[in-house]
Amino acid sequence: MTANLQERLAELPAYLGGHLLLSLSALFIGILISLPLGIYAARSERLGGTIVNVAALIQTIPSMALLALMVPILGGTIGFGPAFVALTLYSILPVLRNTVTGLQEVDPDMTEAARGVGMTDRQRLWQVELPLAAPVIIAGVRTATVWVVGIATLSTPVGAESLGNYIFSGLQTRNWLSVIFGCVFAALLAIILDQLVRLLEKSAQDRNRRLGVMAGAGLIIIFVGGIAPSLIETFTRQQAVASFSSQRPSGGPGTQPAGLQGQTVRVGAKTFTEQFILADVIATRLQEDGAIVENLQNLGSTIVFDALRNNTIDVYVDYTGTIWATIMGREDPVERTAMFIEMAAYLRKEHNILTLGRLGFENAYGFAMRRDRAEELGIRSISDLQTHGNSLVIGGDPEFFGRNEWIRVRDAYGLNALGTRSMDSTFMYGAVRDRNVDVITAYTTDGRITAFDLVILSDERQAFPPYDAIVLLSPDGAKIPGLIKSLTPLLNKISDTLMREANKHVDLDGRTPKQAAAFLSSKISQQTD
Amino acid sequence: MRLSIDNVTKVFPGPVTAVDDISFGIAEGELVALLGESGCGKTTTLKMINRLIDPTAGRIVLDGTDVSSIEPAILRRMIGYAFQGVGLFPHMTIAENIGVTPKLLAWGAQRIDARVDDLLDLVHLPPDEFRHRFPRELSGGQRQRIGFARALAAGPAIMLLDEPFGALDPLTRDRLQQDFKDIHTQLNLTTVLVTHDMTEALLMADRIIVMQHGKIVQDGTPDDLVNRPADDYVAELMSTPKRQADQLDTIMHDPIGNAP
Ligand SMILES: Nc1ncnc2c1ncn2[C@@H]1O[C@H](COP(=O)(O)OP(=O)(O)OP(=O)(O)O)[C@@H](O)[C@H]1O
Ligand SMILES: [Mg+2]
Repeated sequence: MTANLQERLAELPAYLGGHLLLSLSALFIGILISLPLGIYAARSERLGGTIVNVAALIQTIPSMALLALMVPILGGTIGFGPAFVALTLYSILPVLRNTVTGLQEVDPDMTEAARGVGMTDRQRLWQVELPLAAPVIIAGVRTATVWVVGIATLSTPVGAESLGNYIFSGLQTRNWLSVIFGCVFAALLAIILDQLVRLLEKSAQDRNRRLGVMAGAGLIIIFVGGIAPSLIETFTRQQAVASFSSQRPSGGPGTQPAGLQGQTVRVGAKTFTEQFILADVIATRLQEDGAIVENLQNLGSTIVFDALRNNTIDVYVDYTGTIWATIMGREDPVERTAMFIEMAAYLRKEHNILTLGRLGFENAYGFAMRRDRAEELGIRSISDLQTHGNSLVIGGDPEFFGRNEWIRVRDAYGLNALGTRSMDSTFMYGAVRDRNVDVITAYTTDGRITAFDLVILSDERQAFPPYDAIVLLSPDGAKIPGLIKSLTPLLNKISDTLMREANKHVDLDGRTPKQAAAFLSSKISQQTD
Repeated sequence: MRLSIDNVTKVFPGPVTAVDDISFGIAEGELVALLGESGCGKTTTLKMINRLIDPTAGRIVLDGTDVSSIEPAILRRMIGYAFQGVGLFPHMTIAENIGVTPKLLAWGAQRIDARVDDLLDLVHLPPDEFRHRFPRELSGGQRQRIGFARALAAGPAIMLLDEPFGALDPLTRDRLQQDFKDIHTQLNLTTVLVTHDMTEALLMADRIIVMQHGKIVQDGTPDDLVNRPADDYVAELMSTPKRQADQLDTIMHDPIGNAP
């Protein structure tokens, strides 16, 4: 528990800093856009309604979807960019709508008096209309602040660091302390920022300069204090790299002593426990060889591939079957090694991505049931499910039911009558144990399969493709001197049982992915010795 | 400044003909009262002079210049306007409200401050007490006086006053009427004063224009109106102040108090 707390606290500067930088810059730019737009919309009878409607339409797009959509729209970049754009779009509506309402609700007697005393249109706007509409506009800014700080927690899957990292990894690794950390800090941040904006407004209204200075200083302290630690870290890191490269000016590949000294390597990971552990194993390996590692975890499954293709990350672990179906669009079942070879050739040719090799284990999809339930119904293989068709419910993560694999398995075994229920993969093992669903689309390396006494139904028609874990390097990553050499010792060292054991450490025994990674790393080096 | 209203008509969408082909002139320094029942077009006429409303037809000429050719903001800074609804800015202090037009004219801060204090004295509100208050902290009559001071602030050549003394007690009203008459003669201010109060019109104006349903029914001196009313409507309007004057006369010459 204390190790957990220490790990979480160590992450705080980066996550809080990322969160602040992301939400405050999105808010700032959002206001810079929505305020003038609102002023224009309030004055233009023709376009005013349209502008507000478009903003309202953007708001109806679910935040997760809008964030994810930004990745392809921005040409596959991940990280700060897409999250920033999506949050900016979200911050526009409340400020825009309130600016329009606030200005339109200004008493016509006031606008007439303003004209009567000799103000020009611009003077009337700045000296009378905006001050009178200010309380309504500020209310919009406060709504936007609370929204943006909240929605920023959803930017983790597109690769932007935020307090959401606590929540996403916590949910995946059943680390509730981490989830609570994320929620509490995000809520606190929203409340504090909201109150500071309120004080700023109050000070302006009461003409209380001291209060205004205090609230303004509070905002600045929070912003600077929040992002300073991560800035300092980046800065010192650059210093280290700079001093290193000045020591050893552009040496050829032959002259490098410890391979990765001073190189920055970005390691990506998808959104589940096994990925966190493997990313940490890779990171530790690279750090031992002197690399500076940046972790980009909790990336969506297709987002992580795009990130690799675009050199936004250098290395991550994927699975042959996933690439086969979602990237290559293939549906034909192929033998395990044949698939690996064909896939590697495809990635090299089409995307210039290097498949370094297989880690040794396979994390396939498999249908899992409670042992007693399976025996009671006489179910041993997937084909037996058909006989009980319409009385059985299958649970799985939403991603699975959207994949070709599911369609193929469904059609190969005639499972159309089965009810399906989407749920987060963390919860599906508990759901089948508690008999909420009958079958789940388990990951075959999940520690809970043994722990909950589940059986994997045999797939005699080989409808599920093989899922060999593979290490992929980006076009630029493959060129990093020493990277291949550093990671090669990991290949073919992790068996199915070993991986399931490491996963169990996190998912069931309450250890952190870092601890599980340390365990896995030690097992790997024992094999090397 | 001379003001000339030539065949001016205003039709609001509806259509409502608020002002129907009226013409009159005002000489420099003259104080003209606009009189008439509610909705007869007084405020509309006033607002057309400083272009808060543009006429449907006709011209308004200021010292030989058609006002429609003058930039509205520039025109309005030369014309003091006391609104019927007062229209003080709630987010500005009393000093800022009074100083608003001088500030638009880029007066220096000290000159504005001095001017504000003078005007507060003029409307009998102690500057030290009122300068920093907000309009919501004033009574209706006090607000009206600030509105009047604001109209005077930038030293205008023309004053348009829309019932400026309506909400005042008789004593304050009388004092302000006297004060304004003095300023008016002193500065030779061309003034249009809208009022419902016949006595006020008779006592202050050089000329009175009576309007009915957007038209002018009589344009003459107080003497003309009292003694030679143009029609029954004007005669009826004048009967009230006349009767009151007669009653007062009786009271004053019969101090025992047994008058009817
Ligand atoms: N913006 C407007 N749109 C439509 N009709 C208007 C508008 N302003 C005034 N009117 C109408 O024009 C007519 C004259 O209005 P105006 O305000 O000039 O009257 P007024 O003589 O000042 O009356 P009061 O003594 O009650 O202030 C009224 O019938 C009024 O309803
Ligand atoms: Mg009126």
